[in-house]
Amino acid sequence: MQKTPMNVVILRFPGTNCEFDTQYAFDKLGHKTELIWHKEESLPKKTDLVIVPGGFSYGDYLRSGSIARFSPVMKAVVAYANQGGKVLGICNGFQILTEVGLLPGALKRNNNLHFISKYQHLKVVNSDNAFLNQYSDSDILNIPIAHADGNYYIDDNGLANLEENGQILLRYCDALGDREVVNGSVTSIAGICNKEKNIFGLMPHPERAMEEILGSIDGIKMLQGFEQ
Amino acid sequence: MKAIVNVYLKEGVLDPQGKATRHALESMNFKGIMDVRIGKQIIIKLDTENREEAQKEVEEMCETLLANTVIEDYTIEIV
Repeated sequence: MQKTPMNVVILRFPGTNCEFDTQYAFDKLGHKTELIWHKEESLPKKTDLVIVPGGFSYGDYLRSGSIARFSPVMKAVVAYANQGGKVLGICNGFQILTEVGLLPGALKRNNNLHFISKYQHLKVVNSDNAFLNQYSDSDILNIPIAHADGNYYIDDNGLANLEENGQILLRYCDALGDREVVNGSVTSIAGICNKEKNIFGLMPHPERAMEEILGSIDGIKMLQGFEQ
Repeated sequence: MKAIVNVYLKEGVLDPQGKATRHALESMNFKGIMDVRIGKQIIIKLDTENREEAQKEVEEMCETLLANTVIEDYTIEIV
């Protein structure tokens, strides 16, 4: 059955660098994409999904994502998200979503202080959501990561809430699915969502796992999850 | 008037840069180091002479932008 194409809005800040990969990924899946500059004060009326893509918005000055959150477009994104609109933050996008308060916790410098860029195994922790519904719990994926500030931090209470509400999406693991310390993240968390499960954030890059020839196609089902 | 803002990771939040620096100092044979924490200092020039006003204004800057209070604490010194 032919799926209805989604209207996917991809944000651009000064320093964003994954917007075209993300656009390519959604175009490839047959969706309509539109890049939106951060100065815009509103989102297109028929937006089905907002992507905050990866990169180094504002040069990561002060803290990753801390300045982008004050861009005019983010006000519109917060309003959209608060009305139940779906938002996905990838890498720097995840950092921006925590800074703006749409997702709990914060992303610190990797514990080994290195910029880590490699393929990384991930375990699906909760698939009962719009993002990972094409997968099953405990599936093991292989998706590239590329970040210096991916060390997810949340306090013990916050972590208990995430666990209880099924908000932990993905954890770093080895090829066999055993938890792996990659960047120092609390309990190896790689991605989370909000309690209402319409706002998603992860450090790995699904848009870079769309072609077998490039090493993995595990990102396809992630992005397809959003299809109605 | 000037505000000197220090932002650093909260007690209990592991500071990877501080830890690496501590190891470096120890490998250079500096003894007795109990802990190293790394933060950043932000110096803001303000066109007010009212200390209270300055303090209040800078506090708001810290809460909204300069610090991420999920992981960071800050101090403000008005000089």
